[in-house]
Amino acid sequence: MEFLAAGFIEENIVPKFNYWVYVILMMIGLFAMITKNNLIKKLIGMAIFQTAIILFYVSIGVKAESGIPILGHEQHHEIVEEGRASSEVIKKEKFANPLPHVLMLTAIVVGVSTLGLALAISQRIYGSFNTLEEDEILDQLRPGGHD
Amino acid sequence: MKLFGFIAVIIVGALLLAATGDFPAWGDAGSPASQGQVSSFYIEQTINETKVPNMVTAVLADFRGYDTMFETVVIFIAGIGIIAVLRTFGDQASKAPDGPEADNDSGDLIVRTTCHMVVPLIQLFALYVIAHGHHSPGGGFQGGVMLGASYILFALACGLPAAKRRMGERRAIIIAAAGIIIYAGWGVACLLLGGNFLDYTSLDPILPGDEQMARSHSMLVVEIGVAFTVTAIMFAIYSNLSTRGRLEKGL
Repeated sequence: MEFLAAGFIEENIVPKFNYWVYVILMMIGLFAMITKNNLIKKLIGMAIFQTAIILFYVSIGVKAESGIPILGHEQHHEIVEEGRASSEVIKKEKFANPLPHVLMLTAIVVGVSTLGLALAISQRIYGSFNTLEEDEILDQLRPGGHD
Repeated sequence: MKLFGFIAVIIVGALLLAATGDFPAWGDAGSPASQGQVSSFYIEQTINETKVPNMVTAVLADFRGYDTMFETVVIFIAGIGIIAVLRTFGDQASKAPDGPEADNDSGDLIVRTTCHMVVPLIQLFALYVIAHGHHSPGGGFQGGVMLGASYILFALACGLPAAKRRMGERRAIIIAAAGIIIYAGWGVACLLLGGNFLDYTSLDPILPGDEQMARSHSMLVVEIGVAFTVTAIMFAIYSNLSTRGRLEKGL
């Protein structure tokens, strides 16, 4: 019973809390996508899944002592106006990793548009089948099923 | 079905959690993602190469320009897809009033007045976010979403017909396409001046300042293109979804 040993939580959960949150959120989304019968609920699951991925990426870019990845006024002035070398002025640990932020910035907007498209298609499905329940739609699609 | 799903989810979740043992701890500045050459290069060299203090904007619009261009295309295609899937041209008899009186057609007086006062402020701030994206948090995507949200707020408060007079369907598609043309056209301009596609340094002769400033200015142009597309597509998504593609009265 290694899991119950003293110190397990302090060593494995507290410093990696972000991963636990992302895994749990992602599994909630996955569960909704696999088991829910209603298409809108599936879409909600997909949105939660996406959010979990975004959380995962952004949390990887965090550094304990860092701020946002934007140069301050003084540093900008020192480099551009006074001509000091950027590697002297900029301390890498003081800036969060910009790369995950960039990737997720586009992912958020693309997520919104794909969600919009998915909602449009489900409106269309509702228009032709009068239901958003997956099993009822499959019933109607089956040959011999009532239309 | 529920039980199988639950078991599968538990197994996948347990595997993922087991893998977190090898992951760097929260806030670890020495994690591989943060120690890698790419991240260090962006943090240290962005200011030298582009004179832009906001590294996120610089990476988005310059270093990873191709990626952002095609993300914008994805948004455009999603918007066109929504219009193609949903848009119906129903009976014209029940057409909503189209003239200036449409503004006063729906909604509460207080809601409408507040909306008329707030929308310009939102749009002004959105333009600031777009234009100041190099120096503070912001950029084309964020500003574009805000601009789109202002149109959506207007449509919610004053009715879709009133909003359609400001941002009609035709206009929305043209603006969305114009955004991509601005972005791709700026890349083609680089080609015409002898550089690679989206290699902004080759635009130095026609832009004020030196090569680094040319990259900085080009980022603004590209962000404006992104903002055009995002604004128009956000509003197109809302207006089509809220009326089931009829673009009549709306919510």
